[in-house]
Formats: sequence, structure tokens, C-alpha cells
Amino acid sequence: MFKTQRTFKKLACAIGVTAILAGMPVIAQAWEPVKPVEFVVMAGKGGGADKAVRLIQSIIASENMAPVPFTPVNKPGGSGAEALVHLQGKKGDNHTIMFTLNSFYTTPLRQPGLGVDIATFTPIARMAEDTFLLWVNTDRKDINNVADFVKAAKAKGNKWIMAGTGKNSEDNLLTDFLNSAYDLDMKYVPYKGGGKVAKELAGNNADSTVNNPSEQLGFYEAGNTKALAAFTPERLPLFPDAPTFKELGKDFVYFMQRTVVGAPGMSNEAAQYYTELFTKVFNSDKWQGYRTKKSLQGDLLTGDALMSYWKKERDIHETMLKNMGAL
Amino acid sequence: MLETIGLLGNGFLIVFEPQNLMLIIGGCALGLFIGAMPGLGSVNGVAILLPLTFLVPPTGAIIFLAAIYYGAMYGGAISSIMLGIPGASTAVATTFDGRPLAKQGMADKALTAAAVASFVGGTISVVLFTFFAPPLAHVALVFGAPEEFALMMLAFATFVGLGGDDLFKTIFSISIGLVLSAVGFDIISGEPRLVLWDITGFLHGVNFLILAIGVYGIGEMIWTVEEHSLGGGKSMLSDANVTVKRTLSNLRELASKWKSIVMGSFLGYFVGILPAAGATPGSLMAYGIAKQISKEPEKFGHGAVEGVCAPEAANNAASTGSMLPMLTLGIPGSPTTAILLGGMVIWGLEPGPRLFVDHSDFVWGLIASLYAANIFAVLINVAFIPVFIKILKTPFTILAPIIFILCLIGGYAPTQSMHDVWLMVIFGIAAYFMRKLDYPLAPAVLAIVLGPLAEPALRQSLIISDGSFAIFFNRTYAGPISVVAILLLFLPLFKMVYVKLRNRQAA
Amino acid sequence: MTVRTAELLMAITMGAFSIYLMYKSTELEIGWIENEGPGGGAWPFWLSAVMLISCLGILYNWFRRKGRIASSDKIYIESHVLMDVTSVTVALVITVGLFSFIGIYGALPLFLIFYLRFLGKHSWRLTALLAVLIPVTIFFFFEITLKIILPKGITEPLFLPLYKMFF
Repeated sequence: MFKTQRTFKKLACAIGVTAILAGMPVIAQAWEPVKPVEFVVMAGKGGGADKAVRLIQSIIASENMAPVPFTPVNKPGGSGAEALVHLQGKKGDNHTIMFTLNSFYTTPLRQPGLGVDIATFTPIARMAEDTFLLWVNTDRKDINNVADFVKAAKAKGNKWIMAGTGKNSEDNLLTDFLNSAYDLDMKYVPYKGGGKVAKELAGNNADSTVNNPSEQLGFYEAGNTKALAAFTPERLPLFPDAPTFKELGKDFVYFMQRTVVGAPGMSNEAAQYYTELFTKVFNSDKWQGYRTKKSLQGDLLTGDALMSYWKKERDIHETMLKNMGAL
Repeated sequence: MLETIGLLGNGFLIVFEPQNLMLIIGGCALGLFIGAMPGLGSVNGVAILLPLTFLVPPTGAIIFLAAIYYGAMYGGAISSIMLGIPGASTAVATTFDGRPLAKQGMADKALTAAAVASFVGGTISVVLFTFFAPPLAHVALVFGAPEEFALMMLAFATFVGLGGDDLFKTIFSISIGLVLSAVGFDIISGEPRLVLWDITGFLHGVNFLILAIGVYGIGEMIWTVEEHSLGGGKSMLSDANVTVKRTLSNLRELASKWKSIVMGSFLGYFVGILPAAGATPGSLMAYGIAKQISKEPEKFGHGAVEGVCAPEAANNAASTGSMLPMLTLGIPGSPTTAILLGGMVIWGLEPGPRLFVDHSDFVWGLIASLYAANIFAVLINVAFIPVFIKILKTPFTILAPIIFILCLIGGYAPTQSMHDVWLMVIFGIAAYFMRKLDYPLAPAVLAIVLGPLAEPALRQSLIISDGSFAIFFNRTYAGPISVVAILLLFLPLFKMVYVKLRNRQAA
Repeated sequence: MTVRTAELLMAITMGAFSIYLMYKSTELEIGWIENEGPGGGAWPFWLSAVMLISCLGILYNWFRRKGRIASSDKIYIESHVLMDVTSVTVALVITVGLFSFIGIYGALPLFLIFYLRFLGKHSWRLTALLAVLIPVTIFFFFEITLKIILPKGITEPLFLPLYKMFF
């Protein structure tokens, strides 16, 4: 029942496309979407990626940037596997785009059975790179810098709890880095979603986290948590007192991409349309304001530059996953 | 205290601005209809209408969304009672007695009970919210995985005895619900899990709604087709009437059930505050406790009014309660507040402990709007009861295909996946055959709601404690909750032993 | 088929399903991981085992003819009921099957016509009215107001002008 469905869909698509082609007057004019655009989110409702998508959706709608609505569809299943397979199945579709994270690299690597090759996807626009910092609760008066942190974590051995989002996720990669760089034995406890992780730290149910600024901001501003160091090349404007790991002699930089990707085999005209659209969104005041507020980094990246960025990042992640024994 | 009242006064001034008042009324009405659709609940309503709110200032926007949230909580009871299909997990407990009441021609009584109880629950919780927010926010903050698991145990424990007469079939039903809840992805090991027959659609798991609409929607409708076909069945879903006299007597009966309404309100509010729990466990526990304290527990499941008003009071109270961790901690207590949280970020508001100080207009405008939304929602709801009753009198052969269609769309809408629609139809057909053999299915639906909350909490706790179960007993909040849960779990056993001993003595 | 036979078949089917679930759970660790507690497969594996045990319990009661269902020799589904239930169920399955092919707005009117006219024996007038009115209402409520896009299949091109008009 499930397998035949796809054949049906393909047939239906083929007939549909022919019908459109036959009915369209041949006027050379820029491509525009003719039906609502499905905006797949690789994560669940309410998470960081979902919030960004709903912001983008509202920017497009409120500033009348597109003739049709963009409708977010959440497909968090299998750490993004479901979303990737869904997009893969939409080959040649000009009305399906997706908002991705770093699971865009790690999920196909860890689940080769999916048969997903991200090099076939259509690059549209990298909207930002989210940053990571090392956080502890402000109740820990004895911890004011990374050296203090290392001392305290060493003393507690594997009783030191590092909370993060899911096994083998970005947070897990960073925890592994800290463990090996400082010879620690922290215990990694996976939770569902970065907001939950941030709260576990503020409630003293975890000893440290490596949250994005957007996840910890509320607690940080209230004085519940403090940032010790940043996994960025330079200090973040929002956290001038947190040194980078580079400054501390551990050359480690890690970002989370926030990128819009199109279905494989999307027509060049459509890809160009979306690239221009998201360039406009990127330059809008609302998006720039959001970037500043959430301490997002990373310039706009489109087309071939984005594709080569993906390939580079995928290789980096492959090495990292191999090192932690997840591949 | 005085300061609080002053701030609340300011909030009311904001709410009574004509534009905001319109937003509240519009939001309540829209929420009511979205909530009344099987498959659509407050989550969908709030998520879908979020972009609309960028046309108004943040305070107006949150007021509108909160009104939708409230309206949908009222609306959820309508489809639970009329069709027996819970529109959202929060309304599951309402079906247990709401549906039997409707079948016995007392849909008006059930609808009135739900509306009044929702109103009382909403009001009590808003008052609690107004005066006791900060200390409770602290409890929510320190509530970790062990406490969550203990709470889930408590929810299960209050529900012992919900099943049918056949012990094996009840256990089967609970287990299959818990197993299905594990389908999809295991965040703790980071691996896909139980992807049945390797169909990719199972990667996103088995959504509660798919099972609920399958069992209560499609399965129930096929069952009704059978009753209809046997001739003994009736040609309409519920033959109720609304008259002033009936309504007055309904209200009188309701007044005598005040205990369960008040209990539900307080319980719902406190459970709602706890992050991750949300309104569903609150309403389930309220139902369980209402049954325990009732003088006629045997009536539960066959049309007890308390079985409708306790969970309804609780789920409305909990929806207010879940606003607290959202505003003060930035932690959503329910899926709906997760979306509201996203909205706040877009409006440029940073949820967290500072919000009450930095954006006091926003917070107090919201709190005041909850008072107002509550009043409008109950008025709109009550005004529509005669309409709903009329709808139920439509001949079954007209209503049935419409309900089937709403089920199909309701199954498609949340994930927009045909896989889920097929799964729902399969569940529906299986439910029909199983129900004919007296398999109780409510435990499976409850299990699929609580499973995904309980399992990760259990495993996270055990990772923290190096695999020791002591963690559930030696913490400030987890300890007492676990002990109560265990006592409740074994209560039926104690009762049985006691009765046996007494009988032996008598003999 | 009697209720008693149906009970046996259901218990066997569900027992077999439990075994499949147990087998599938073993893809992940089902035992206790040192210092970490139960593995990823433990929860579904042991609960599927409980399912299997319950099925065995049901079978045990069946052999003893204990309980209302296990001792009932009534007909499981009367033949005229079976006719009605089957036609509704088959119509439903066909409707869902048609969703991805001729779209929801092709399938729903067909389902409504079948149900109202052939099962409900309502007049053609009422049937036609509802078969048009309901899909139209659904379009405006779900697609235009709530922006939930429903499957269209090959009928999609017909909706492009509508999108243009309402969005």
C-alpha cells in the first residue's frame, strides 16, 4: 500500500507537469511559484530552527515578498532522516524547500541506508551560522573561567553532568572535544531540544552545557547562567568576557548552519528565484535584527559557494564522527 | 499584593482597548471551531495563525493567540463529547464520560458541564497565576528528569482500574500503547528505532492523534455503522434537547459536583506548571482522582458528570499553568506554548525571569486577557450548545460521511503525510475488530501519550545516577511523588487483600 | 465465524505481532548498559514481551472457556452487518487511495455520493448539494484560512488560478 503510493505520486506529478506546460502561455518571464511553497523544517515545532522558519515565513508574508504563502511543515523524524528522504523524493519539484541544520551532514553519514546524497540537493542560501558557548550555572561561584571549569570537572570525574540535545548531536561532538582536549570524563545526558537543556542547567540538574546563545539568553540575562568560553574564531559581541577556545590554545571552532536548501533537480529559474528571495529576506531589517539579538554569525552564502561549503563541512563532520566512534 | 493588583489593573486597561477586545472575541470564536475539529487542537490553531499576528503589536498578538489557545481548549471538549473524538490529547479524558452521556441523550448536560468546569478551572488558575507566579516558577525550574518520571508514574497510578474486566486484555492494551510510543527515533542512543517494516513514514513515530482519531474516530464510526445496521441502533448520534428547565437542572446537578471541579482546577494548574508535562497528564490525573473520591465510582465510564467536569477544569487550568514556565523560564510546558514562545522571539521579546520586569505591559496584558478570554469563551460556547445539539440530530447517514472526512483530514493535517492517514485507517479497522472482542482501547491511547514523556525521563535519570533507582527517592520533589505513586499503584491490591481477609473473618 | 473463533484468531495475530515487535526491538541494545541503565531497545522489547505474555494469557482463558468472549458461540459479525461495515470500510480505503491520485477534491465527492446516495438512500438533490458544498467548505476553511495544503494529485493545475485569486 505504501510502496505503490510513490508510483502513483510520480505518475500524478508527470501528468500535472504536462498539464501545466500545455496550459501555459509562452511568454519569457521570470519564474514565480504558482502554488503554496512547502517549507520543510528538519526539526520539531518550537525549536531553534522552527522559530527561524516561522520568522522567515512572517517576513515573507508581511513584506509581500512572494505571491504565495510559505507553509512550514515539521519533519523532525529520525534526526532529520525523514525530512531528507522527503526532499529526496521531491526530485524536480520547484515548490519544496527545506531549512537545515548540521544533521544535514551527520544524518546521511550515520544512516547510509537512507541513500541520501546532499550533493544532489539544490543550494539556495545560508542565512546564518549559530554559535556555541560553554555554560555553567552562576551558583558555581568557584567557576569563573575555563581553568576553574576543568579543575571542577576533573574533581567530579564521571559524575560531572553535561546536558545536550541527543546522542551524536552537535552538543555531543563538542562534549567529546572538551573531554579529549582537557582530559575530562564528563557524562553526557541527552535531552529533547536545546531549550530543555538550557533549563536543566539553570535548575542545577546539569553541571554544564554547550548551548547556542539563543537558548540560554533568557537565563543569562536573568543572571542564572554564565558563559565561560566560545567555540568561535573571535569573541562574540554579546559575550565580550567569554574568550574563544582559540585564545585558550585549543584551536577548535564549531558552527551550526541555518541554511535553506531546495529539492534535488529543481529548475535553474526556480533556484534563482529562491536565491533572490532569500537574499532579500537576509537583508531585511527583521532578519538582521534577529541575527544581532541571537548573536548569529556567518555571511550570506549562495549557489556554488554554498555547495562547496557543504562538501567541506561534510568531510569535517565525517572525521569528527569517526573520531568519536559513531561511524 | 497591592502592587500586583495595580499591575493587573493596568493590564485590564490594555485589554479593554477596542482593538484588543476584538482580538479576544475573534480569537475565542476561531479557537473554539479549530478545537472542535477532530485532529486540530490549540497547537495547530496557534501555529497556523502565528504569522497573522505580525500585523498587530506584540501585546495584541499574544492576546489574540492566548484567546485562540483558550477557545481551542473549550472547543476540544465539543468534539470529545459530540463525536467521541478527542481533538487533542488534552481532551482524551473528556471522552470517557462525555461520549456515553451524549449517547444516552444527555449531550446538553455534558456540554454544559464541560463549559462551566472549563470556566471555573480557567478562572481559579488565572487567579493563582496572578498572585503566586514567582515561587512556583522556582519549582518548575528545579524539576528535572527524575521528578518528571515520578510524575508520570503518578499519572499511571491514578489510572489503574480504567481498563476493562479482562486483566490480560487491559495489560495488552497498555503495553501496545507504550511500545507504539517508542516507534521512531531514540534520542538517547541517537538511533532510529522500531521503524516497522523499514517504512520511512515510521521515522516520525506514531503520533498520538493518529491512534486517537483511528480508534475513537474511524473505529467508533464503523462501530456505529454496525449499531445502525442492526436496527437496534438509533438513526442519530444523540437525541438531546436544550430547554431552560433542563439547563437549570443540569446546572443544579453540576453545583453539587463542585468538589471535583475545584480539585481538577488546582491539580491541573500545578501539573500544568511543570515543564514538559502540560495539560494532558493533569486532566488524566483529575479524572482518576475524581473517580477515587466519587461516591459512585462505578458510574465512571458510563456517563458520570464528574468524569467530564474534573478533566475539563484541569485541562483549562493547566493551559494557564503552562504559560508560567513559558514566560518565566522560556520553557514550554506544552506543545502550544512552544509555538507561543517562538512567537515571542519573533516579536523581539526574550522570555525569562526578566520578562516580568522589562515588559510588564506585555505580561500583565496577557494575564488580564486570560480573565477576559475565559469569560468570552464560556459565553460563546454556551451560546452554541443548542446549535451543536441540533447538529447531533442530523440523520446518521448524513453525519457519518462528514465525520469520516473530518477524520481523514484531521489525520493528514498535523504531519501532512499520507502515511499517517493510512496508519489511522488501519488503526480504525483494527480497533473495530478488537472492540468487538472487549479489548479496552482507552489504556492504549493514554499509554501513547505518557510513554514518550516517561521513557526518556526514566533513562536520563538512570544515566545521571549511574543506573541506581535511588534517584527517584532521595530528591526533594521526586521522593514524595514516587512514594505516593507506588502507594496508589498498590492500592487496589491492598483493597483486595483487605476484602479477602474480612470475608475470611466473616466466614 | 463465532466470537470464540475470532478471539482465538485475534490473540494469535496479536501474539505474532508482539514477536515481530520484539524481534525489531533487538536492533538496539535491549539489555542493561553499565552505568547508564536500559539500552535503546529495552523499553519496546520488554513491553512487547508483556504483550506476548498477555496474548498467552488470553489463549489460556480461551482454552478454559473462561470469560464472556471466550465462551461465546454467537456469530462474530452477522452477515448483513458485515455487508454494511465492509462497504463503508472499502469505500474509505478506496477514498484514501484516491487522495494521492485524483486528489482530495476528486475523492471526497465520490465518497459522499456513494455514502449518501447508495448507503444512506438520500435524494439526488441532497447528495449533489452536499457533494459540492462540503469540499468547497473544506477548501476555504483548511486551505485558505488555515493554510493547510491538502493533496491534489493530478487535479493540481485546476487549483493554480484559485491560489492566485485567494493568496
